[in-house]
Amino acid sequence: MRDIPEVASDVAVKMAVEVAGLTLRNPVMPASGTFGYGAEFEPYLNLDGLGALVTKGLSLRPKAGNPTPRIAECSCGMLNAIGLQNIGIDAFVEEKVPFLKGVSTPVIANFFGNTLDEYIQVADKLEKIDVVTGVELNISCPNVKRGGIVFGTDPAAAAKVVSEVRRCLTKPLIVKLTPNVTDITVIARAVEEAGADIICCINTVTGMAVDIKSRRLSLANGTGGLSGPAIKPIALRMVHQVVNAVSVPVIGVGGIASAEDALEFLLLGAKAIQVGTANLVNPGTMGEIVVGMERFLAESGISDINDWIGSLHG
Amino acid sequence: MKNLKTVVLQNGEIADGYFRMAILAPGYTRAAQPGQFVMLRIQEQIQPLLRRPFGIYRAAAMPAQCSGLPEREFVELIYKVVGKGTTLMTTLKPGDSVELLGPLGEGFTIDSNINNHLLVGGGIGIVPLYMLAQQLCKRGDKVRLLMGGRSRDDILCISEFERLGVDVNIATEDGSLGETGLVTAVLERELLNFPQAGVYACGPMPMLSAVQAICCSAHVLLQVSLEALMACGIGACLGCVVPGREHSDDTPQYLCTCRQGPVFAAEDLAWPSRSNNDCHSGQGGK
Repeated sequence: MRDIPEVASDVAVKMAVEVAGLTLRNPVMPASGTFGYGAEFEPYLNLDGLGALVTKGLSLRPKAGNPTPRIAECSCGMLNAIGLQNIGIDAFVEEKVPFLKGVSTPVIANFFGNTLDEYIQVADKLEKIDVVTGVELNISCPNVKRGGIVFGTDPAAAAKVVSEVRRCLTKPLIVKLTPNVTDITVIARAVEEAGADIICCINTVTGMAVDIKSRRLSLANGTGGLSGPAIKPIALRMVHQVVNAVSVPVIGVGGIASAEDALEFLLLGAKAIQVGTANLVNPGTMGEIVVGMERFLAESGISDINDWIGSLHG
Repeated sequence: MKNLKTVVLQNGEIADGYFRMAILAPGYTRAAQPGQFVMLRIQEQIQPLLRRPFGIYRAAAMPAQCSGLPEREFVELIYKVVGKGTTLMTTLKPGDSVELLGPLGEGFTIDSNINNHLLVGGGIGIVPLYMLAQQLCKRGDKVRLLMGGRSRDDILCISEFERLGVDVNIATEDGSLGETGLVTAVLERELLNFPQAGVYACGPMPMLSAVQAICCSAHVLLQVSLEALMACGIGACLGCVVPGREHSDDTPQYLCTCRQGPVFAAEDLAWPSRSNNDCHSGQGGK
């Protein structure tokens, strides 16, 4: 982040955004899978200062995840193949919801299924959990064989799962897309037509790391999802494409680590942004991003962040 | 647990390839427990991106000085230069900025019914054992350190343990210091002398596996401090998991090294040794 001196800010910047029925006090939220279930970050971050909380991806039953090694560092980024390890929807209700009830920030539950039926069953359960304000459908995890990306790379399969879970849900439905497709706008249009309220992109980019000492692939899973600053240009390109292809709001994600990064995505027309890997590097990142954006806008004479969103010239 | 924006106080090479760094760390003398670790960020940068986990060697305070400097608490790390991150760390000088997240994780559990302790270290595995030795010696217990390495260059900080009152046995594979051979052979022998000892080990995985097999057949309680690739250190990324006792390919069970460890009761983990199951019944659990 830029080191900006305290400004005697007589400009109070309105940071709140409306995203398809979700009222967020600012456009900053974590990317699923980098924020646990929220409580892990409480010592380092004011959870009530975020736009939303997004949980680790939840499934019908607990999921143990992939063998290790699961992570590898690479230039300006990291690869992960966690394999959607999570405690399952029922344990989430029992163990995590009580904590989340004490947080004033809207909770978005990310979820996935191994089968279409499992997606529907989890959506049904999420609809009934009061503390869950919105849901994020994961059809884009590159690290599991079934579920996830199988649905996210084929427009017909993506539309099918979206329309099926749509029927169980009155809550705002975010659909998170993978960049690992030839044309992301085809998938984006398909899920929009099928009933997505919001499109979130991008999930991680499939990659690989190799260890020349052991002569093995670095990850037990072979491939992993690339995240971090390394993927920001890809994410910016795809968010730009999707914003122009659909009429539902878009949440931008991919490599955001600073207020400037976040402002770039908003400028392209993303209504909100998610911070992922940067949370792992510095658990206080999102708080710094909110403050940094506010300062930038105040210094630029912009009193409402909505005037910045989508204000790209030309 | 917090993220301190702080500075390096000292950083220097203590043996071939091993460095020792002191970092200003208010609150650590009370907060840091034996076996805990920190996540260190060298500077605000994206390359290398991730913090590095380091076991805490020692937390202490420098007394106030007549020059006007107040008492300053610091934490000491000992690190081996293995890659880009640690190479960059060697260039840090007193006054350079770093970010320190911690103290993190679950450290060693001290059982008040055990008064004899065998600490087993391999190379850089000495690090988490020092604060443990400090606490055990303070109780007036009998503490013995069994230290192993490839050569004398891998045997660090021994005199500091001796000053605490710890008896030390050294074994090196090349015989350049102490006995020739593996530290695990020393452990087998010492367990005959101290059959009721508690054992605490940190070192490379093959050493830990051998220590586990020995402790299992001797029916003594073992705690191990593990090292793992780690992105966050606070239980969010789930990158640092290790297989737990109930783990199998069909029904995987993973424990989080940063949150549930880095120190584990050996019986809670999965080990290559087939005798692990016998251990659980034999030891009666902890």
